[in-house]
Amino acid sequence: MKSFTVLKGIAAPMDRANVDTDLIIPKQFLKSIKRSGFGPNLFDEMRYLDQGEPGQDCSGRPINKDFPLNQSRYQGACVLLARENFGCGSSREHAPWALDDYGFRCIIAPSFADIFYNNCFKNGILPIVLDEAVVDRLFQEMYATEGYELSIDLAKQVVQTPSGESIGFEVDAFRKHCLINGLDDIALTLESADAITAFEQKWRKQSPWLFDVIGNAS
Amino acid sequence: MSGQTLYDKLWQSHLVEQREDGSALIYIDRQLIHEVTSPQAFEGLRLSGRAPWRVDANFAVPDHNVPTERVERSGGVAGILDPISRLQVQTLDDNCRDFEILEFQVNDVRQGIVHVVGPEQGVTLPGMTIVCGDSHTSTHGALGALAHGIGTSEVEHVMATQCLVQQKMKNMLVRVDGALPDGVTAKDVVLAIIGEIGTAGGTGYAIEFGGEVVRGLSMEGRMTICNMAIEAGARAGLIAVDETTIEYVKGKPYAPKAEHWDAAVAAWRQLHSDADAHFDRVVEMRGEDIKPQVTWGTSPEMVLPVDGVIPDPAAMGNAAQRESTERALHYMGLKPGMSITDIKLDTIFIGSCTNSRIEDLRAAAAVVKGRKVAATVKRALVVPGSGRVKEQAEAEGLDKIFTDAGLEWREPGCSMCLAMNSDKLGAGEHCASTSNRNFEGRQGFGGRTHLVSPAMAAAAAVAGHFVDVRNWQE
Repeated sequence: MKSFTVLKGIAAPMDRANVDTDLIIPKQFLKSIKRSGFGPNLFDEMRYLDQGEPGQDCSGRPINKDFPLNQSRYQGACVLLARENFGCGSSREHAPWALDDYGFRCIIAPSFADIFYNNCFKNGILPIVLDEAVVDRLFQEMYATEGYELSIDLAKQVVQTPSGESIGFEVDAFRKHCLINGLDDIALTLESADAITAFEQKWRKQSPWLFDVIGNAS
Repeated sequence: MSGQTLYDKLWQSHLVEQREDGSALIYIDRQLIHEVTSPQAFEGLRLSGRAPWRVDANFAVPDHNVPTERVERSGGVAGILDPISRLQVQTLDDNCRDFEILEFQVNDVRQGIVHVVGPEQGVTLPGMTIVCGDSHTSTHGALGALAHGIGTSEVEHVMATQCLVQQKMKNMLVRVDGALPDGVTAKDVVLAIIGEIGTAGGTGYAIEFGGEVVRGLSMEGRMTICNMAIEAGARAGLIAVDETTIEYVKGKPYAPKAEHWDAAVAAWRQLHSDADAHFDRVVEMRGEDIKPQVTWGTSPEMVLPVDGVIPDPAAMGNAAQRESTERALHYMGLKPGMSITDIKLDTIFIGSCTNSRIEDLRAAAAVVKGRKVAATVKRALVVPGSGRVKEQAEAEGLDKIFTDAGLEWREPGCSMCLAMNSDKLGAGEHCASTSNRNFEGRQGFGGRTHLVSPAMAAAAAVAGHFVDVRNWQE
């Protein structure tokens, strides 16, 4: 996994509450059997005026000029400012894959849906929860200032605004450790292989029916 | 010290390792796999040269992409017309063959929506931890299991380690006491709950559903409720084990074998919250107060009783709420003050992991029996949740009731719930749908979804607009 240490770059808005994963990446693109290439279809239904299809070249599609990511001032953005309950709905990891493929490495919102929040960490994306009033203020500052950049330092757990203001944020220790070091968490878990085996033996003795082989006999 | 909740018990019994940083390793008994969220996980295993930790803890079935029209379906995987869908289903078959995972393939009579097939086959059981790369995995919590959706990286993690790294959730109890009026179903109960606590109300919680109303529901109804826990923001929904649960599991193809049955049942009888268990949040509702529900917006919390009127954003004090209501009404093509019963329908969809079980089909058939779909309704689909549900419905003559009334009787799959196959809404079409999400574009680009119960969808099919199924006479 990509590591995340510090990040500085343009912030772009997704200024609506309850942005669901169908909005982040519509279902037709979930037919891909790959992990990459979802960036051109990020927010597809808001970003383009027509209906997108998988495998299509998006460069010639009619774009929605009102959509922020289509405006020159937000080009190259790597921080997404969002509203409450961002990423609700399905468990599709294609949502963080699409955000990452587009270039977003950090999302700041007052709250996130649980599964999406967790999926971000598996893909080197840092989701930051800040107080609603603080997020609202960042939105206002961003709208007022073209080229508005935010700096994020994960080790220090601080977001810094262009005015030099520092805003602290919480992140749990294990996720922070994995993200900073870009750790493969399967390898980490396998360090506990003996504990897993011991648990499994005990559990099998206690609940043997859970270990009945499901075969094609029925 | 207070007692344990059902969630606490399931967590504790599966705890492999508690770490100092607050994270924990939790053992997973069953992983369900479908074609959409698994290919990248299998690819990850191959790239890293890892083998599955315990192959027979996994079970697979294709459901999202499968065609539901008989002609296209009859050709099996090779017959799927959309080449991208075909490749995804074929990839699942290939992966399950290579890794020796049990799969019910597309034309196996046991195939169906993974969340219908799991309980129906006894592949998912009380007391298990169950995961799937699908948010509606919460469905299986109806059996007294800890079940939730995960992302594809975690699918690979569970394949490779049989564990998940987790933080313990908080406990919420939603208790619905009293009794439901006639014509009000499990779907109405869960929509009313979501209307009450909101789509983020359950974020960070495992929600246990209890009370007289929940105890009185069949397993089908309980699955409908737990299925939509995620629509209230909770990854996991749970219902305590009782005689209804045990009776349901008995005789299922993969239920515990005779020599283990008594021990299993004894263990399952412990799967309830202790009387003195502590919940971080308790929500109480009365069954008598719940009416048939209809969603009018683009989030499941935008829901009203069928006798309600569309809200007026201008009357809302909160700017964010006003803005999201305006946006939803614009997308849905509805005006403030309009009665729910004046919404006309173009399409009817009866199916999905929420409402495609036999009881759902019986409820819908009872309403349309001897009647006809309104001439203004362009299309009405009934998509059974599995091949076994389809067989049962046909044995009861339900298919004939539907087709006589002018509804199409389809092959099992996820179908128009998320429109990954060719069953899609057209732009601007209003659909009475028994599914779980009314998000923008969910059922097709520009499509307008109204979530309802099977009986409400069936009545709307006949009337051509929403009607109150409680007192409805054509």
